[in-house]
Amino acid sequence: MKRLSHLERLEAESIHIMREVVAECARPVMLYSIGKDSSVMLHLAQKAFFPGRPPFPLLHIDTTWKFREMIAFRDATARRVGMDLIVHVNPEGVAMGINPFVHGSALHTDIMKTQGLKQALDRYGFDAAFGGARRDEEKSRAKERVFSIRSAQHRWDPKRQRPELWRLYNTRRSAGESLRVFPLSNWTELDIWQYIYQQDIPLVPLYFAAPRPIVERDGALIMVDDQRMPLQPGEQPSLRQVRFRTLGCYPLTGAIDSEAATLPQIIEEMLVATTSERQGRVIDRDAGASMERKKQEGYF
Amino acid sequence: MAALAATAPVTLAEYLAAQSRKELLRFITCGSVDDGKSTLIGRLLYEARALFEDQLSALESDSKRIGTQNGELDFALLVDGLSAEREQGITIDVAYRFFATERRKYIVADTPGHEQYTRNMVTGASSAELAIILIDARKGVLTQTRRHSYLVALLGIRRVVLAINKMDLVDYSEARCAAIEAEYRQFAAQLGLSDITCIPLSALRGDNVIKAGSAMPWYRGPCLLEYLDTVPLAGGAGGEPFRMAVQWVSRPNQEFRGFAGVIAAGSVRPGDALVALPSGRRSTVARIVTADGDLEQAHSGQSVTLTLQDEIDISRGDLLAAADAPAGVADQFEATVVWMSDEPLLTGRPYLLKCGTATVSASLVRLHHKVDVNTLEQQPANELRLNEIGVGQLSLDQPLAFDPYEVNRDTGGFILIDRLNNSTVAAGLLQRGLQRSENVHWQALDVNQDNRAAQKGQRACVLWFTGLSGAGKSTIANLVEKQLYALGRHTYLLDGDNVRHGLNCDLGFTNADRVENIRRVGEVARLMADAGLIVLVSFISPFRSERQMARALMPPGEFLEIFIDTDLADAEQRDPKGLYRKARAGQLRNFTGIDSPYEAPEHAEIHIRTADVPPAEAADLIVAALRSAGIIDRDWVFLP
Repeated sequence: MKRLSHLERLEAESIHIMREVVAECARPVMLYSIGKDSSVMLHLAQKAFFPGRPPFPLLHIDTTWKFREMIAFRDATARRVGMDLIVHVNPEGVAMGINPFVHGSALHTDIMKTQGLKQALDRYGFDAAFGGARRDEEKSRAKERVFSIRSAQHRWDPKRQRPELWRLYNTRRSAGESLRVFPLSNWTELDIWQYIYQQDIPLVPLYFAAPRPIVERDGALIMVDDQRMPLQPGEQPSLRQVRFRTLGCYPLTGAIDSEAATLPQIIEEMLVATTSERQGRVIDRDAGASMERKKQEGYF
Repeated sequence: MAALAATAPVTLAEYLAAQSRKELLRFITCGSVDDGKSTLIGRLLYEARALFEDQLSALESDSKRIGTQNGELDFALLVDGLSAEREQGITIDVAYRFFATERRKYIVADTPGHEQYTRNMVTGASSAELAIILIDARKGVLTQTRRHSYLVALLGIRRVVLAINKMDLVDYSEARCAAIEAEYRQFAAQLGLSDITCIPLSALRGDNVIKAGSAMPWYRGPCLLEYLDTVPLAGGAGGEPFRMAVQWVSRPNQEFRGFAGVIAAGSVRPGDALVALPSGRRSTVARIVTADGDLEQAHSGQSVTLTLQDEIDISRGDLLAAADAPAGVADQFEATVVWMSDEPLLTGRPYLLKCGTATVSASLVRLHHKVDVNTLEQQPANELRLNEIGVGQLSLDQPLAFDPYEVNRDTGGFILIDRLNNSTVAAGLLQRGLQRSENVHWQALDVNQDNRAAQKGQRACVLWFTGLSGAGKSTIANLVEKQLYALGRHTYLLDGDNVRHGLNCDLGFTNADRVENIRRVGEVARLMADAGLIVLVSFISPFRSERQMARALMPPGEFLEIFIDTDLADAEQRDPKGLYRKARAGQLRNFTGIDSPYEAPEHAEIHIRTADVPPAEAADLIVAALRSAGIIDRDWVFLP
């Protein structure tokens, strides 16, 4: 008998996890962040529920600072897959005029992303939310569960996380509790790229190298995506051949110099890559903003 | 990243094609930090180039700052996120690490090795195919080694690498290595572990981890990574009968009805005859539906959707099995349970059991023994505490399709879930089903009052209403029963007059007959309580000794005497059945209060003075007392 390849095994596991949620939860939702991991997760969801459509909506927490190409891709994707798309913007954050340039990445992320996510989950009463996080992303994620239980206040209590054995997941929740579910837990960044290549999964063009207007700040290459970006004296955006390894809010996402304009070229570049993907996220470097703490507060 | 650069394939396309054929191997590492486990994993990650430059630079600076290797790279720091957490008192747990070679992708379950972490090791081992057991060459086979090996064998891992580490500290001694290997093999044989590969190595210096090195020319076997890359993996033999738990029924439209799940064993083709268990309904496979098109055949490990030729009733929790080699079905099992909760396991207490995709109610009705994981000794036990392992008889409230765990992990492994706080409290292995016919005593022995009562969401007890005729016992008992019924409790009311019409119609009112009357009613009440009911007994029961006899039939706390206290004058004045009048007229002999004594209770649990408390209020008081006594504590509500 044939033994499955590693990608086939990962695919089967992710599909199993998604079906388990749909079978045991009343109101699941898929957090769709538009990036490559979300694209893989969405592709797997389409496979899991074929010939039907995935029986849950997509939820995007829009901080209003995403790359414009991401928003266009998001709306096109929702149309393509025929799923409902819920876009939530934290109205309080908008009223407060939260701006990553003025308030810094930590406050911006907390209010627009973390608080926005909690608002949306509460508002729609979702009892399970799929997220695209992977265990290989960061040391503190290595022990994260596939099914992570959150209190009614969306807090993550490390002492209450449940052991996960075999393929058995305990999805039971008390009133008000909800689940965060990570179907890509066991995928690595290279697995993601290989799978995208193998399955021909559509991606936001920002992942591919192209000339883009860039300013260099504190060593990070920031793309000037719209007029809201305040340029410092003497700062002049210049066209540089860059791509992004991870996507988020444009003021907080660093590009890398790259000539990789196709998937094989990206994978080839990865194989000699010398920087892990999270380093491109300004958020991880902000003082005191440890991943552990953000997670306890309800960040994904 | 992956070790591409070492021997770069000719083209990227070839590389990508090779990647798509890569296998996945999940293994667990057992040992403590002292054995050099973190160093070994760190070195594997480092040498397999699973690290990026920023991780490496962090490693370099950490090594200089807090490393233990005089500023040289301290590989243990790569994986010791756990130690920082240990200091903060957060989580000691399973961490998963990833690396890849050109042949295989690896997922490493890394668990702390200390005694109290049986739970974590079992969790990590549950998904592993292979175990690396680390031994410090200076210390040899330790208690910890035995414990790890026992758990590895228990969880069904048959392939073990005995990594004899720190060979550099025993002068790379061949004799030392051979002695440890011999001792270990002898011990492991008792556990049924036979596929053992011993590799002497030094994680610190790198000998025999990735490359052989020159320190141990006497060792002719593979180095660790070479072994991991080439060891044959399960799935080649085939031939196991098909198993797939139905995870979800796909009904996107009226025409389509598919059964989705992961294939747990064997393979399936259209036309194969299947049986759905436990129902036993049969059909044949029509299609194997996937988003990539229908399949000719699907194999163990794949997530698929099957459609069947016949419209038979199948739902989540059912097991689809090869019709000619079906799985077993039972509701009584011998099972091994690994307890994972701070609250101890209580025999008889109902938990939720999840096995495959089925969730049923289950209780461990008897513990045969528990196992000391250090000595492997069996010890008698009434309860299991955190990290203890016991073998006992598991009773389910409905039949479950299964294979013994050693045959299939997915159809033989289960978890137990606490009904109240929903936490996962145990992992378990189904060893074998117990047939009732082969095990005729189980009904009498193993399902007890507590199980039956817990199934009804209550504690069984006897509420014994005593008092003069006409005191209002039956009136109040009726009101109490109504309230309990409204609360969803399971009750029965034994009334003196009614019982005397049937069961006790042969008895009169002599003292001897009164005693026999109460004895019989006491026994009936006990049987009903044993059935899990809250039994209300409304009898004059004038004698203390007979009430004491009835009380003695019940365990402490499950007999509540309720004294309905009325003055004789009031009862006689009320005289609802005209009995006092008859007795006074001499037409009734031995009538309590007239010419037969009433011995008032001295220590009734509940004392109702009818002069002060109207019947409805009395009923409220009694129900409130039941609640505070824990008889109908809401903690006992049976959660669906």
